[in-house]
Amino acid sequence: MADTLTSAAAQAVDSAAHAARLDHVSKAFGGPGGRQLVLDDITLDVAPGEFVCLLGASGCGKSTLLNLVAGLDKPSAGSITTPGGRPALMFQEHALFPWLTAGKNIELTLRLRGMPRDRRRGEAERLLSLVRLGGAYGKRVHELSGGMRQRVALARALAQDSQLLLMDEPFAALDAITRDVLHDELTRIWSETDLSVLFVTHNVREAVRLAQRVVLLSSRPGRINREWRIDIPQPRRIEDAAVADLSVEITEELRGEIRRHGQH
Amino acid sequence: MASTETDPTPGPGAPDAGDGTPQQAAGPVLDKAADRPAPAGNDLSGLEAGLDALDAVTIRRASVGQVLLKKVLPPVTAIVLVLVVWQLAVWGKVADPTKLPSPSEVGSELADRWRAGDLFSIIWTSLSRGLLGFLAALAIGTPLGLLVARVPFVRAAIGPILSGLQSLPSVAWVPAAVIWLGIEDSAMYAVILLGAVPSIANGLVAGIDQVPPLYLRAGRTIGATGLRGAWYILLPAALPGYVAGLKQGWAFSWRSLMAAELIASSPDLGVGLGRYLENMREGSDMAGVFLGILLILVVGIAIDLLIFSPLERWVLRSRGLTARSQ
Repeated sequence: MADTLTSAAAQAVDSAAHAARLDHVSKAFGGPGGRQLVLDDITLDVAPGEFVCLLGASGCGKSTLLNLVAGLDKPSAGSITTPGGRPALMFQEHALFPWLTAGKNIELTLRLRGMPRDRRRGEAERLLSLVRLGGAYGKRVHELSGGMRQRVALARALAQDSQLLLMDEPFAALDAITRDVLHDELTRIWSETDLSVLFVTHNVREAVRLAQRVVLLSSRPGRINREWRIDIPQPRRIEDAAVADLSVEITEELRGEIRRHGQH
Repeated sequence: MASTETDPTPGPGAPDAGDGTPQQAAGPVLDKAADRPAPAGNDLSGLEAGLDALDAVTIRRASVGQVLLKKVLPPVTAIVLVLVVWQLAVWGKVADPTKLPSPSEVGSELADRWRAGDLFSIIWTSLSRGLLGFLAALAIGTPLGLLVARVPFVRAAIGPILSGLQSLPSVAWVPAAVIWLGIEDSAMYAVILLGAVPSIANGLVAGIDQVPPLYLRAGRTIGATGLRGAWYILLPAALPGYVAGLKQGWAFSWRSLMAAELIASSPDLGVGLGRYLENMREGSDMAGVFLGILLILVVGIAIDLLIFSPLERWVLRSRGLTARSQ
């Protein structure tokens, strides 16, 4: 299953040795008078198959950075390359189209990708069962719970058959138990496929629970402050002592970073 | 659940990797096998199934009996009450019999028309005009609405006029239309168009304005840009506002057509409902006048109930936008 999902994209990436490369990327908003630097000289590689969490307080430009990688916006300086093609993007809101059923939402992505009509239905069913929603094909969006909607949104993102999945705080609006379950699901799907994930969050424990590498961004402007490699074996649980210990350390760092803004 | 605790000692390099130097070029493909979770799937899928069952929204459909009780009984009661009050007023001689015909007199006028065989031709003359005019208004109003919604210059130029036209009763156009186009069908259609096009265009503009920007962003990430974005994302997302505009557009079409038929009189136009009503007034046939008013009302309601209300209900219900679907 993993082979069929991203094999073409993975082959393209193997030679590139990265799923995304950000090279001295800066982003400023506003005109010459009130120009505000949001991201300052970000250099970051995401390796093929790697799971990276971007962590930062408000105002660190996390979402701006994801928009740049997704190609929804252009950097003011520097370059971004994603050899696996247009990255898939998942939002905090499910952003599913309410005029389509769960299955048809996925099929629209397949159709825009150019998949022939006769293969779409089967592929949509396969993706839905990958997120364990095998029976939800004909369900309308409003008939699904919050957690189910995010799983359909994940299946829709996977339908892009992209090597790189960008996630913008996708579980922030869910209750704790549902979020916990979705962490498990995401870890499972990530490990079963060749997918690279760039995951933005302000939740330290979530970052430590999920990522192989946590990158801490400073705020205003966003700069890469520090990063941690996490070798705690999966499956981790959010309440694991090792996860908690590292979270305490990273939280201290994050607090120090936030405090710095109050001093001047 | 408690048994899932893992070894609390972190793997090598976890805490001390944070040496402050960003690690670029993380090297070749990482080995995911090391991170592959143990096959503990059953526990997770069971938990997930439980969450899904607890959270999912169940939608109940009303039974036929409930529909009869809640949707059919109230309006039937109201109609029967009106007929009773009407008949009582006739029996109580509230007004002169030439001014207030009884329900049965209106009924026999209806039977006369039925027997004379011109009932349906009268209705069809007006209805075909109304529907044809409405379809023309649809064909003009839809691209016009798209233009106003998506091209800032066009919006600034004619947007305010378009919404202002909605408050101008289209009867006001009848004298001008008659002078320009003569007392012919084309004058009727002109009046219908002037009434319905602004409603339809404005409905579409409002629908497009209310599309959440998130849908457009989500559409762009999956490759729906330009015309494909308009067709697959923008138009379906704007459908509720568009359908509301169509509904109002039909009401305006029908209203302005009846006014035009009442005012403009010519043998070329044939006898529609408006002309029938005016003929009855000229003959001081009060039962006929009542019948004319009732027929105009019934046709207007019937088209709304048969076409526009089901369309609107379907659009809203399929998106979970009606109160009953929650």
